[in-house]
Amino acid sequence: MAHISYRQALHDTLRSELQRDENVLLMGEEIGRFEGSYKITAGMLDEFGPKRVRDTPIAEEGFTGAAVGAAMLGLRPVVEIMTINFSLLALDQIMNHAAKIYGMFGGQCSVPMVIRTPGGGGQQLAATHSQNVELFYAFTPGLKVVAPSSPADAKALLLASIRDDDPVLFLENLALYNTKGEVPDTDEPGEIGRAAVTRTGSDITLVGYSRMAHVALQVAERLAADEGIEAEVVDLRSLRPLDRQTVVDSVKKTNCAVVLEDDWLTYGIGAELAASISDGAFDWLDAPVRRVAMAEVPLPYAKPLESAALPSADDVVTVIHQTLDAVGRRSDRVGAR
Amino acid sequence: MSVDTAAQPVAETSHEPELVQLLTPEGQRVPHEHYDSLVADVTADDIRAMYRELVLARRVDSEAVSLQRQGELGLWPSLLGQEAAQIGSARALRPQDHVFPTYREHGVALHRDVDPVRLLALFRGVDQGSWDPAQSHFHLYTIVIGAQTLHATGYAMGVQRDGAIGTGDPGRDTAVMAYFGDGATSQGSVSEAFIWAGVTNAPVVFFCQNNQWAISEPLERQTRVPLYKRAAGFGFPGVRVDGNDVLACLAVSREALQRARDGEGPTLVEAFTYRMGAHTTSDDPTRYRLNAELEHWRLKDPVERVKAYMVRNDLADQAFFDELSDESDQLAERMRAECRSLPEPAPTSIFDHVYVEPTPGLVEQRDGMAAYLDSFADEEVHQ
Repeated sequence: MAHISYRQALHDTLRSELQRDENVLLMGEEIGRFEGSYKITAGMLDEFGPKRVRDTPIAEEGFTGAAVGAAMLGLRPVVEIMTINFSLLALDQIMNHAAKIYGMFGGQCSVPMVIRTPGGGGQQLAATHSQNVELFYAFTPGLKVVAPSSPADAKALLLASIRDDDPVLFLENLALYNTKGEVPDTDEPGEIGRAAVTRTGSDITLVGYSRMAHVALQVAERLAADEGIEAEVVDLRSLRPLDRQTVVDSVKKTNCAVVLEDDWLTYGIGAELAASISDGAFDWLDAPVRRVAMAEVPLPYAKPLESAALPSADDVVTVIHQTLDAVGRRSDRVGAR
Repeated sequence: MSVDTAAQPVAETSHEPELVQLLTPEGQRVPHEHYDSLVADVTADDIRAMYRELVLARRVDSEAVSLQRQGELGLWPSLLGQEAAQIGSARALRPQDHVFPTYREHGVALHRDVDPVRLLALFRGVDQGSWDPAQSHFHLYTIVIGAQTLHATGYAMGVQRDGAIGTGDPGRDTAVMAYFGDGATSQGSVSEAFIWAGVTNAPVVFFCQNNQWAISEPLERQTRVPLYKRAAGFGFPGVRVDGNDVLACLAVSREALQRARDGEGPTLVEAFTYRMGAHTTSDDPTRYRLNAELEHWRLKDPVERVKAYMVRNDLADQAFFDELSDESDQLAERMRAECRSLPEPAPTSIFDHVYVEPTPGLVEQRDGMAAYLDSFADEEVHQ
């Protein structure tokens, strides 16, 4: 076990995969000499050379498309798109080509590529650089989407993504890069499409992924300490395939749920989860599934306004209180203390 | 002195740009200072083989158009008029060179030994493409305009990674050929492919069949300069060739592919040709172009000029033409018969190629559909 940051886990895993498989190569803007906007690829150009660590022109559609072509018949490119916002420029290559070539070409060739890209607001990067548009990719059959929240999952899922024969969008988060945790030394790939219960509890289920899975854990610890509320936390880890069963099983135990998302509410991933819970655990629900999401506005640049728009831990606590009040569970507990 | 060049007209637009031509529309061989040497090895046998492929490509196309008209295919994009551009360039390929086609490269497919029935299956909608690109080195048809130029560039990056350029070994050095049309040159993806290939010196030939029309949009809606001149802005050579001259297309493609194999980087070839038919069978070109233009190009027919050359030089006798005519008929007959007997895919096959390993959710959906379909089994028996 090593106690390292999310950033370090990504760096170390990329490096070991480059060492393990000569068909793995990195491509992206500023990843070589500049070592990546978030320094995930630090030192790699020197170690592996320009054929395997490729600085690309500022042309997202171009290098993503080139990676699709390289992946179709042998290589395993790991593309870094500087932020998920820039992936919009490559949307055609991701949704129309990477996701569909295996099917549209009758299974003749798959596209084993990874697109690593961070999402996340809260860094004062303004509306066009702070979005979470992973929904587009999570919506698309043919793609896999993973969104680890801990350094250990970052390692395990990056290993799995690089070794997977299908295209994987690997979602990172600006707010998570410096978070630390225990990471196993073994090279055991994680299972794409498997959620994790990261905290057990019996009062309410909290569901999140990426940064919001992290927030859910923090909130759960705070509620336990302050109010004796035991929340169960489900970290989705993968958005496609989506592990509905783990979520439903948890709700069958707690009978109520709050879904956390770092994204706009309407048509969002939270809506999919609320529908899945309703579908799988309707008879177990004691209250409507509630969602906590960001304000439906382009994210402001000004810090106080940005903070006002993003979902906070306090917002989550408020909605948990409302949900528990609706089922009469919090008053019982507060009275019991 | 003031410098005010912004409003000056582009000088070249007042002249016709140079066009590489070795065979005139009348079938006369014209000398070319540079390109003669690139076809010096072409024998009478080669000319006959070329002519055979031109004829068969045209026959594959006309048969497919007929099958579409008879309701046997959903759609067909005709190559009529572009046979020489396709056969000439395809014959310049070596077995290991990899081709990224559009959806119109039926002539290239034919040359790469992809059975025309496999193309029919695709447009009949009974499969999603059933030839192996790794084996034929002919990729599957890309529908999104221009996107395959990026895939070709990425594949070329892999060729560079493998060190399969500039070794001097003719069985190893590899080029990548990306086909696209004049309309595609307006796509950002094509410009990005040019940029990438240019700055990485990728071993890729961008083979543009300028057939003058992007559905109903004429060339002047896509560009103010001759297309081949765009290459200069990206830092690699561009050449315009008579796209209806199979020999010139062979010569120009040979040179460009060899540059790529030698590690000298990309080339843009603009094959100046004409789409004699509709964009696809869903299109009616009489709504937007004049018959006079069609007649003008009919005189430059890519197949007839080779026949004229052969007759003029006594390269084939009547028996050759008769045999070819029979072969062509037999091919058409086989296409008709095999197209009509292509098996329909099972409904549950829609789940087959979403992921390499099916996900649990998809397996559940597939099994659900299979169970639902099985529930009708009794009814079918009673019908």
